[in-house]
Amino acid sequence: MDFIQNFPFFCIIISLFTGPLSSVLKGKKVKYINTVMIFMMCVLNAFVFAYCIKTGESFVYRMGHFPAPWGNEIRASILEGGMALFFSVIMFFSVIAGRIETAAEVEESKQNLYYAMINLLMCSLIALVYTNDLFTAYVFVEINTISACGLIMIRQRGRNAYAATRYMVMSLLGSGLLLLGLCWLYGITGQLLMSNIKEAVTNLVATGAYNTPLLISICLMVVGLCIKCALFPFHTWLPDAYGYSTLSSAAILSSLVSKGYLFILIKIIYRVFGFDVIVNDKMINVLFMFGIVGMIIGSLDAIRENDIRRMIAYSSIAQIGYIFMGIGLGTTNGMIASIYHILVHAATKSLLFIAASGLTDTSCGKRDFLSLTGSGYRNKLAGFTFTVGSMSMIGFPAFAGFISKLLFAQAGVESAHKMLLTFLALAISTILNAVYFMKTVIRIYTPAKRLHVDETGYTHLTVSSQPSKSIAMAVLIVINFVLGLASDPIVNLIQKGLEMFA
Amino acid sequence: MNFANLLTNYAEAISMILFGIGFCNLLMQHNLIKKIIGMNIMDTSVYLFLALKGYITGRVAPIVVDGVQSVEAYINPIPSGLVLTGIVVSVSVTAVMLGLTIRLYDRYHSLDLDIISAMIEKEEEDR
Repeated sequence: MDFIQNFPFFCIIISLFTGPLSSVLKGKKVKYINTVMIFMMCVLNAFVFAYCIKTGESFVYRMGHFPAPWGNEIRASILEGGMALFFSVIMFFSVIAGRIETAAEVEESKQNLYYAMINLLMCSLIALVYTNDLFTAYVFVEINTISACGLIMIRQRGRNAYAATRYMVMSLLGSGLLLLGLCWLYGITGQLLMSNIKEAVTNLVATGAYNTPLLISICLMVVGLCIKCALFPFHTWLPDAYGYSTLSSAAILSSLVSKGYLFILIKIIYRVFGFDVIVNDKMINVLFMFGIVGMIIGSLDAIRENDIRRMIAYSSIAQIGYIFMGIGLGTTNGMIASIYHILVHAATKSLLFIAASGLTDTSCGKRDFLSLTGSGYRNKLAGFTFTVGSMSMIGFPAFAGFISKLLFAQAGVESAHKMLLTFLALAISTILNAVYFMKTVIRIYTPAKRLHVDETGYTHLTVSSQPSKSIAMAVLIVINFVLGLASDPIVNLIQKGLEMFA
Repeated sequence: MNFANLLTNYAEAISMILFGIGFCNLLMQHNLIKKIIGMNIMDTSVYLFLALKGYITGRVAPIVVDGVQSVEAYINPIPSGLVLTGIVVSVSVTAVMLGLTIRLYDRYHSLDLDIISAMIEKEEEDR
């Protein structure tokens, strides 16, 4: 066994231990530990990714060397390694960009707890990506929920506690359904490791035994995870939770937490039930329809919104709808498009949140559109970044979002019944996206004098006045352009990863 | 569908009904404490389900006493292990929810989510 095969386990255990450690330490040390930990995650996961590409196959790491049906396993392949690497990189820059906000908005005595929550969140995300055991996945889903709730409620305002309560209630409904589905599945298969369950499920489908319980468990688990990902109609908690938390929390929640659940959903579809079983039982059509409705409703809500942070949050609902539409197409290409869109959305949403905070910083912290007039001139980098993010979300060629929309359309052509709906949904939602994103871009580049906006207290920010935010924005822009201009190798890797999944 | 099976597995049916009760309470109650109670009913019903699935009449927990080593004498310990893990998760989640409830009550002197929501709206307008 190569030494690199230990790395996924190291990642989980290091980030897990830094959580409690940060909660007892004070001051600068905590920030230092957090940065070093996330940086280590980036490096270790990069090694795993490179190793999987080099060997060209997946590997299984047995915890404590107990053989298959008894032990707990970690499994890594190109897709898992790449996803974990991507999550760590986005996490690194989201945390760095929000340093100033975190210091200003979180009480001094609670700072270490905030970083402890981020460490635990990182741990649960990586564990969700790598685990090969369904019950372990459930436990880490709960850890993810609790730490995400902590990130929302860390600001001592009534609104945050209220948003966190609503988030928690919806999440608990989701995890309750997930747990019940898991128990049904355990009841009929008697296994907990994903590969063993899949064997048992294949047998069950072949013999036709226990078909109803199997269907029920699929429904329960998929609906549970959909609630947690904020698929329409379970999205009502989302704008409050993303809109009022501190910058790092908002960026992390929108670009990583929901993606962790999505990844485990894709994993369940491929590695637990098998793609064919899911496609044959029509559950996928429900996801397709709700995905499409979510795309439209999310965008309509975003158009009505007058708060830039909440607008970006509503846009998340639409993007989650895209991802579910891709899953719902029921073809491998649809799944590739969805995974690509997970990457695109994770990179773009954190970029948009950081840019929006850069814009509000120059406008006395006000977030309504009238106050933001002309803010693109006051903070040039943030204005440019916001424009890049908007272009990407709308789907301009050469930006990341274009490629995923292209992939969705290409995948849509393959399935005869869903082609028309896919195209219509893509067209309508692109127009709606353009309406609210271009509106904002035009607004931030309209000179404030022309609209007679009261400019007292407005400040000008340069690239060097907020160095951490500028670095994060620059790197995220680069990631965006890489996703937009060099998509072929990435799509190939995703395809290979999905083949390894089965 | 036949109801004879439902009657034989009446305990599982009861656990599903309990799950429904808990789920609806968590979703629809306005009172935070009632929501938390609903959540606990929901989680506990799943543990009941797991415990039922894991128990076989006439067998005992897998601790070897009196030298009986036959597999037939014991039950599989994993479902019980899952129940224990689940209880730990549910306790921590309940603690977080109660913490949130205390914070909201301290601030708004109400446990009703609708009233709290209205008060937050008012707070925003006053600002």
